[in-house]
Amino acid sequence: MKDLINLGLNHANILGATYADVRIVRTTAESISLKNGRVEEISSASDFGFGVRVLANGAWGFASSFRLGEKGVEDTTALAVQIAKASALAKTKDVFLAPVELVQASYRMPFSIDPFKVSLEKKLDLLAKAEEILRRNKGVKISQASMNIFRRNQVFASSEGSYIEQEITHCGAGIAATAIKEGDIQVRSFPNSHGGQFGAGGYELIESLKLMENAERIAEEAVALLSAKDCPSTTTTIILDSSQVALQVHESLGHPAELDRVMGAEISLAGGSFLTPDKLNKFKYGSEIVNIIADATIQGGLGTFGYDDEGVPAQRMELVKDGIFVGYLTSRETAPLLNRRSNGCMRADGWSRIPLIRMTNINLESGKPTLEEMISDTDEGIYMETNKSWSIDDKRLNFQFATEMAREIKRGKLGALIKNANYTGMTPTFWGSCDAIADENHWQIWGIPNCGKGEPVQIAHVGHGASPARFKNVRVGVRK
Amino acid sequence: MIAEGEILDVVEKVVDWSPADQTEALLFVSDSALTRFANSAIHQNVAERDIKLSIRVVVGKKIGGASTNNIGDESIKEALSTAIAIAKNSTEDPDFRSLPEKMPLTELDSFIPATAGYSPEDRARAVLKMIEAASAKGLTTAGSHSTGVFAVGLANSLGVRAVSKLTLANLSTIAMSKNSSGYAGFFSKGVREIDLELVAKIATDKALKSQNPVGLEPGVYTVILEADAVADMLSTLAFMGLGALSVQEGRSFMCGKIGQSIVGENITILDDALSPETIGFPFDFEGVPKQRVTLIENGVAKNVVYDSYTAAKEGRKSTGHALPHPNIYGPLPTNLFLRGGKSSLKEMIASTKRGILVTRFHYTNVEDPMKTIFTGMTRDGTFLIEDGEIKRGIKNLRFTQSIQEALKNVEILSCETFLKSTFLGTCRVPAMKIGKFSFTGATEF
Ligand SMILES: [Zn+2]
Repeated sequence: MKDLINLGLNHANILGATYADVRIVRTTAESISLKNGRVEEISSASDFGFGVRVLANGAWGFASSFRLGEKGVEDTTALAVQIAKASALAKTKDVFLAPVELVQASYRMPFSIDPFKVSLEKKLDLLAKAEEILRRNKGVKISQASMNIFRRNQVFASSEGSYIEQEITHCGAGIAATAIKEGDIQVRSFPNSHGGQFGAGGYELIESLKLMENAERIAEEAVALLSAKDCPSTTTTIILDSSQVALQVHESLGHPAELDRVMGAEISLAGGSFLTPDKLNKFKYGSEIVNIIADATIQGGLGTFGYDDEGVPAQRMELVKDGIFVGYLTSRETAPLLNRRSNGCMRADGWSRIPLIRMTNINLESGKPTLEEMISDTDEGIYMETNKSWSIDDKRLNFQFATEMAREIKRGKLGALIKNANYTGMTPTFWGSCDAIADENHWQIWGIPNCGKGEPVQIAHVGHGASPARFKNVRVGVRK
Repeated sequence: MIAEGEILDVVEKVVDWSPADQTEALLFVSDSALTRFANSAIHQNVAERDIKLSIRVVVGKKIGGASTNNIGDESIKEALSTAIAIAKNSTEDPDFRSLPEKMPLTELDSFIPATAGYSPEDRARAVLKMIEAASAKGLTTAGSHSTGVFAVGLANSLGVRAVSKLTLANLSTIAMSKNSSGYAGFFSKGVREIDLELVAKIATDKALKSQNPVGLEPGVYTVILEADAVADMLSTLAFMGLGALSVQEGRSFMCGKIGQSIVGENITILDDALSPETIGFPFDFEGVPKQRVTLIENGVAKNVVYDSYTAAKEGRKSTGHALPHPNIYGPLPTNLFLRGGKSSLKEMIASTKRGILVTRFHYTNVEDPMKTIFTGMTRDGTFLIEDGEIKRGIKNLRFTQSIQEALKNVEILSCETFLKSTFLGTCRVPAMKIGKFSFTGATEF
């Protein structure tokens, strides 16, 4: 392996590259999904290849291939350099990379039980039992249980002399019940929608999710939603559960804090960012109780790693402090624009794609009250749980989220069930209205395994620690 | 690029070596490149060569799948034995009948050598034209320009043998002033068909015309959707409910509606991969020839698309719309058409007393799949129309709207249709004027 890497790095140098890095990546994945009492999918996927990223004539080029032999490496490296030189035909300035400490290191994400070594029989049994409980409820029309496990082994080497080996293991699972009646469709998922809850670690994570223990409740809630009242169209106080807060952080702070995006790199596709550099250390992003940290070092997060895909070590930094916007997610190319060094957020989706600035674990710090205190302290409002739909404008200001389930809050008590709940707002106004965040006992790291960015599109696994939070004067029940 | 003969050799090898009752091997081969530009310079520029061999085996009524991107003999054998081990450990699916039988296939000429031979320098020169056109008007520009060759080969143990390749080329761009932007794009199998000057002109015109936008109160407006917005809406609708699985599971807006009028009489939607007006493979990912399927005809719900599994469940034939195994979405229409009318964008604008012209949508998402309610934003060229004329640029708006309701209120369709690439595949659609469209929010730009 080292020989092929050196071949690529040397070949790039000979052809005129001033910088090169090579990543060789193997991913292995297993997916299991059950639906309505039958196996919908069981599959295993393995994927192996390499990518060469170079700077030549001051511009970027990248090429990747599944053919990992001497000829494959040489041809692909030559293509990367040719592409870089073509990029230079349309450059306005030379790319400058912030310096980085050179490292020789290896990182292996810890786990207790290797999920790839657990028998299929055992995994199927766990899912089938939970799925069967959903189906016992005759009002449930679609019952689903799924599990995904994922491992990435990669070597990163740069022409500057870094050489880093990493192994990352992620897994997750979830269940969902869908109730349908006369054109009304209601879904409840557990522990989260869009495939469940994911984390970094082994099969112990999946066993800890308690899918079976929650299946009966989820099924009942889905069916009960059919006869619930519609979300009123009004402006009120809302309390979001921690998984919805996690997604709110993802869309309204995580993405706009990506410095490549801020600098326009995504403008024609995913969009730009309202968090322009003039706002750094000045802009009131949210209320004083809002503190948001990016942390690639915490245990268990999908955004946890040893080094990013530019060889920068995983870090912890403040993004919002006491409500003020104080930090970006950066890379070696973007950090110098703020006279900084990279804080290590560059990650690529496998060997075939370039690293982009990606969220690590973007965590909302916990607050003081318990969730119960937050509810009993609310005279009138709506409690919303589990994301159903998300949408946000291309500068990350105007958002609209729908949740699977909601409950009325009246005089400090949770009341009637509400269906088809959604809420909308403008990011700084919304976070400015945050007046309570639940304590550390309600704080949980959620895994989002499907964050899309870039062109060709890349999917990243990112994490978000969050507690339930309360927001005042929010518009809810948006309908046509 | 691997030759078509070699592709067949690989998939036949899998079928020959498999001891399973039934076996299917699907090989994807791609050689693609994409140049991205922003702030009027190329900032990302990539190429990738990949393959994926996906194996499905059937043991009794148990199914297993495995995939690899290594097509060496040892790796193929390993993937095959993984798939078989999975199948043996799985549970029976009583609804599974069989993999498809061999059927005659048509050939499509979707491979354009000029696209396959397009170089990094060619892409850079095209991008420079976008940059120069924008800067001549005092604007900056961003976007992407991609070309690629994509091949698929398939064999199954019932004798199906299929192989096909095609090329794709795309140019998407926005031109930007300090407070406005304008989008234009062109998608085709032939890269030389892209009219660079026209694309640049549309984008720069929109950016210039929408400068200094004003805020508009959200509300119900007459709206003119250009083709990009229509394609977004149509593919969202199709994903929600035009595949057989969504109907069989009772979660589609088509449930119980076949034969009934569900949208306006002027709406006809079909899927036709074989049409020269689109780009597609002549067979689906089970090797079944693609059928032309009328989904909605003159407003009446007619049909949905099937793969072999969903078809067998209803005792009918697959329409050739299988996605690659394994998939949890069921069959989907990936080459959609919405039939055009007799009018033009110009006439739509001229006939509008007060309305909004939308260039494209951003970040659309489904809130209710049975009521077909989706939400999203407008972007890159949103205009107020008054007294039959484009009056000025407006700040972007959020809509929350039932697609089915929107399609009941279509007043005019353009006769010109445009091929668009979407998350679902391709859509060929006209621009349309809709009497009532619900804008529910606004943003600051
Ligand atoms: Zn995301």
